[in-house]
Amino acid sequence: MELFLQQVVAGVATGSIYACMALAIVMIYQAIDHLNFAQGEMAMISTFIAWQLMAWGLPYWAAFIATIGLSFMGGLAIERIVFKPLHNAPVLSHVVVFIALFTVLNSTAGFIWDFSIKPFPTPFGTRPLFGSSLVGSHQAGMIAVTLALLVALYLFFRHTRIGLAMRAAAENPTSARLVGIRVGWMAALGWGMASAVGAIAGMLIAPVVFLEPNMMLGILLYGFAGAVLGGLTSPGGAVLGGFLVGILENLAGTYIPVIGGELKLPLALLVIVSVLVLKPGGLFGRTTVQRV
Amino acid sequence: MTALLQIKGLGAGYGRADVLHAADLAVAEGGVTALLGANGAGKTTTLRAICGLIRRSGSIRFGGAALEELSTEDIARLGIAHVPEGRGTFQRMTVAENLNLGAMSRRDTGQIKADMTKVYDYFPILEERRAQVAGLLSGGEQQMLAIGRALMLRPRLILLDEPSFGLAPLVVRNLFAILTRVRREENVAMLIVEQNAALALALADVAYLLETGRVVLSGAAGAFAQNERVRSAYLGA
Repeated sequence: MELFLQQVVAGVATGSIYACMALAIVMIYQAIDHLNFAQGEMAMISTFIAWQLMAWGLPYWAAFIATIGLSFMGGLAIERIVFKPLHNAPVLSHVVVFIALFTVLNSTAGFIWDFSIKPFPTPFGTRPLFGSSLVGSHQAGMIAVTLALLVALYLFFRHTRIGLAMRAAAENPTSARLVGIRVGWMAALGWGMASAVGAIAGMLIAPVVFLEPNMMLGILLYGFAGAVLGGLTSPGGAVLGGFLVGILENLAGTYIPVIGGELKLPLALLVIVSVLVLKPGGLFGRTTVQRV
Repeated sequence: MTALLQIKGLGAGYGRADVLHAADLAVAEGGVTALLGANGAGKTTTLRAICGLIRRSGSIRFGGAALEELSTEDIARLGIAHVPEGRGTFQRMTVAENLNLGAMSRRDTGQIKADMTKVYDYFPILEERRAQVAGLLSGGEQQMLAIGRALMLRPRLILLDEPSFGLAPLVVRNLFAILTRVRREENVAMLIVEQNAALALALADVAYLLETGRVVLSGAAGAFAQNERVRSAYLGA
């Protein structure tokens, strides 16, 4: 029993990484209706920018804030430059560009900062929390930041005019244009915000997995699994989904001997496939009915 | 009366197919113009062309502005509210959010609340349902919501696309009674497209008849109702 509880707690700790990433994924899915495969690489670049700023002597929080701002501008720029010309193109064109973006960002990071593994500082310290070695203070801080971010996004989308306009642009672009909302700019804003959320995720994840160009590869997959499990249309569901995937991963690794440490990644794929087959809307997502 | 909207030689279509060929029509400041015609005559296409939702050619003057060069968003910001075919409801949002979206282009945020009260006064059912998700409203209520959303823009011109479509006769009568009140109390012009010619002519001052993308008849709404061609084809008499 104690082993079980320990594994659940450890699962929550790793789950906080996935929850953070899942939140960024859902953000952009809401704005553009596509899964952005380059989301992880965008977060990785942001994290490198933060590392570079600190290497140049900026204190942690100054670098943190500056990185969020730069990432927002970067996301906005990617939408305006790369995706705006494509906005009437079929889904496959978008997928191809996502993959291109993935490769370009990954190689650029390798070219500028090389592929050696770098440590990344944490503002929360590394002391064990409550005398347990399973959840450190960094993990606790990460969970707190993720939840705070979730609440902030909820308030933004529910109670501000611009948040309302962004939701309207995503739900019914034609009607949104007819009331004067600049739909193209709303998508750009969605990219900027998703990129900023991804930057926060990256900076929180880096102290755990260390900083290098491929740091996000596995995490993005787990993040996708969490987002799909919780429902791609529900930010809260995606965060919960991220935690659930973390717990599931730990429990399966402990109790199912074949899986051990080696087969954990296929488990994320298994989650994605089973959710899409059994309950495509996810746990908290909306099922859309479309007349054809 | 001066023309608020003056359209000359309007052509429009979808893809490579032209639906509208050189149509001329006008809407007076504060007046109501009805656009009649059979299915496929180009009525909805005319409204979409005015709003820049589709490819168009010719000249569209609104106040002093040339609409043919503007985007849909900017046309809305000039004060043209479009109540589209199918009502264009934001299905997943509440009634109150739908109304607030109508006012999205306005800067005078202080006045928006007062206008909301006015819309609730025209359509009391919307106030009762203000916290409900709009997708769950009945057809008639969604049509009221669409008109309410248009009024929230404080428009100078409302384009109404088949407001009676798919509604029960009693609901339609109620809706047109409210439209008559709106035209009396607000300083707003309307361009209304209707299959139900009798209703539209009762509301309008001026009418145009479209056939296969061309204006074939125009005149005062009262005279229109007496015209033999209109009576036999569109009024069923």
